[in-house]
Amino acid sequence: MSQLLLDVNGLTMRFGGLVAVNGVNLKVKNRQIVSVIGPNGAGKTTVFNCLSGFYIPTEGSVMLKNEQIAGLKDYQISRKGLVRTFQHVRLFQKMTVIENMLVAQHRHLNTNLFSGLLKTPNYRRLEKDAMEHAAHWLEEVGLLEYANREAGNLAYGQQRRLEIARCMVTQPELLMLDEPAAGLNPNETKELDELIIKLRDEHEISILLIEHDMSLVMGISDHIYVIAQGTPLANGTAEQIKGNPDVIKAYLGEE
Amino acid sequence: MNSSKLYNAVFAAGIAFILACLMIGVKLDTDSTVLAVKGATAEQWAWIFGGIAVVFLSQLFSTQVDALFRAIPKPDIQALLPQQQKFATLKPWLIAAIIVVMMIWPFMVSRGSVDLATLTLIYIMLGLGLNIVVGLAGLLDLGFVAFYAVGAYTYALLSQYFGMSFWACLPISAGLAATFGFLLGFPVLRLRGDYLAIVTLGFGEIIRILLNNWTSLTGGPNGISGIAKPTLFGLEFNRRAKEEGAMTFHEYFDMDYSSSYKVIFLYLIAVLLVICVIYLINRLMRMPIGRAWEALREDEIACRSLGLNRTAIKLSAFTLGASTAGFAGCFFAARQGFISPESFIFIESAIILAIVVLGGMGSQLGIIFAAIIMTILPELAREFSEYRMLLFGLLMVVMMRWRPQGLVPMKRPNLELKQQ
Ligand SMILES: Nc1ncnc2c1ncn2[C@@H]1O[C@H](COP(=O)(O)OP(=O)(O)OP(=O)(O)O)[C@@H](O)[C@H]1O
Ligand SMILES: [Mg+2]
Repeated sequence: MSQLLLDVNGLTMRFGGLVAVNGVNLKVKNRQIVSVIGPNGAGKTTVFNCLSGFYIPTEGSVMLKNEQIAGLKDYQISRKGLVRTFQHVRLFQKMTVIENMLVAQHRHLNTNLFSGLLKTPNYRRLEKDAMEHAAHWLEEVGLLEYANREAGNLAYGQQRRLEIARCMVTQPELLMLDEPAAGLNPNETKELDELIIKLRDEHEISILLIEHDMSLVMGISDHIYVIAQGTPLANGTAEQIKGNPDVIKAYLGEE
Repeated sequence: MNSSKLYNAVFAAGIAFILACLMIGVKLDTDSTVLAVKGATAEQWAWIFGGIAVVFLSQLFSTQVDALFRAIPKPDIQALLPQQQKFATLKPWLIAAIIVVMMIWPFMVSRGSVDLATLTLIYIMLGLGLNIVVGLAGLLDLGFVAFYAVGAYTYALLSQYFGMSFWACLPISAGLAATFGFLLGFPVLRLRGDYLAIVTLGFGEIIRILLNNWTSLTGGPNGISGIAKPTLFGLEFNRRAKEEGAMTFHEYFDMDYSSSYKVIFLYLIAVLLVICVIYLINRLMRMPIGRAWEALREDEIACRSLGLNRTAIKLSAFTLGASTAGFAGCFFAARQGFISPESFIFIESAIILAIVVLGGMGSQLGIIFAAIIMTILPELAREFSEYRMLLFGLLMVVMMRWRPQGLVPMKRPNLELKQQ
């Protein structure tokens, strides 16, 4: 089972009496787009928070490349190659686009204080590589011309794309996107669709996606998990999910 | 004019009246042996009612007053500066010219001016240090003066007990202050905003009270006096050398003794230290660590999701900020020759914070301007020294209304990208 990138079993998260996530299982293989869908308040974002280390799950195991990551610190998990975006865009607003990209490479750049103060050749080389890497990804998402713009001044769709580019520059193996299409117009949604497929096919990473836009989800997902009220409801390919009566009931509400 | 305006105005005037009555209207006075409550004089009452009238009217016509404020043209400092490209080529020359002027200037002016300039330079150092913590990392620190005190007392004590020289103590002071910054950093890592402000405020007070009460070591409220002045490669600036066989500066260069040499020498050291601090912090701001501080200020959660260890980043901001204050403190002790806990009260923290806010959070140039304003202004307005705090308050209110982003807001670096 070495091709399993992420293997989540029995993930449960309780907030006091409230069970936000209840026994969720997820499997993501290499180079796969896997979606998590469910009605509002189903617990999707909470699952992401558990996987990325923002919450420590009450129960369950999270295996990334056969290594237990449940309980690790958030920054440790992202260093292992699992990086996420947020439902509400979180950029470093007052910093420029390129600075946002450089902060994301902090770990690769952070040698020591003195080499930076003295501008040693090694330090310069690392800075140069980081700039090139950042420029490469800005070009991929079409933001290169805005490199020295303040991130907070970008249009909403551009901010969304910058957030994805900023994740990519950390060289993740699994990218988790929390409702990346929310607030985008149909054109931008189409571009996003293409970007996500490109990430899988050309950059060979896996994507775990939360999304309410059903046409986007059905179009690109290799596998779909449905959760409702924190509990797994169904999983399967787009075709299987579309025809599943339980899923339809959960979305339309009972009665 | 609607009734809510009138209601507001009456309310504000009422509050002003109550406060004025309590604070100025009545006074306690000793009548031989008993305390007696006395009313204010007629003249004072006239002032009080005049003030209340101003409050009432300004509230009543607040929209008009606001419009008036908005009508004041806002100077655009960016437009005053030369064009970007031209400025880039000019910059090294400009900096060199400023440094040269700063080196020559003290020989042409009075001792008092040089002394004041030295004080200003100390505040510039403090402002730059606090800027790391507040302006860049966004951690509100109200007890910054504690690190200043640590630096000052480190030198004072080492000099007093072990006779160590200023130059040897400079790095030790910075290092010890940094250690304190590190230690304070640990408990406050999880705190933000108001909570952090309160804890740091407490820390500042703890250090001051400790210095006040640890009489056996620090001399308590009496402070430490006779702290040795810095020397130039072992040459003293006194009339006579303290140690047998040692030379003084004027003897060595065969000049007449003048007390202004000492003042100028101190000033030049301060210039040197400030240049070092500016250079170092400027480098730090452009390094990964500087960007991480700012990222932490902008969005802590995003930082964590990108693999940044916020603990390390916060601690480094606290540590480096504190070490700058320790630097300044060591120099302060050497310049004064005498320190006591009096010099490290909360108001000092507030002034340093005011410098950072006034200058424009994160902006080094702004902080330098603000430090100059905050130290020179009180000197110019000596006659009003009783109203010093009032003037500061007024300045703050006006600034926040007129230029909330500070004198010279921080400019983002323009990073050159090779276009593919
Ligand atoms: N930190 C928390 N403390 C208490 N309850 C929480 C916390 N985080 C989430 N919850 C609760 O968990 C449930 C699931 O929330 P979550 O944000 O995961 O839903 P979601 O599926 O992402 O919804 P949406 O589609 O609206 O984004 C909600 O009832 C929410 O109130
Ligand atoms: Mg959500």
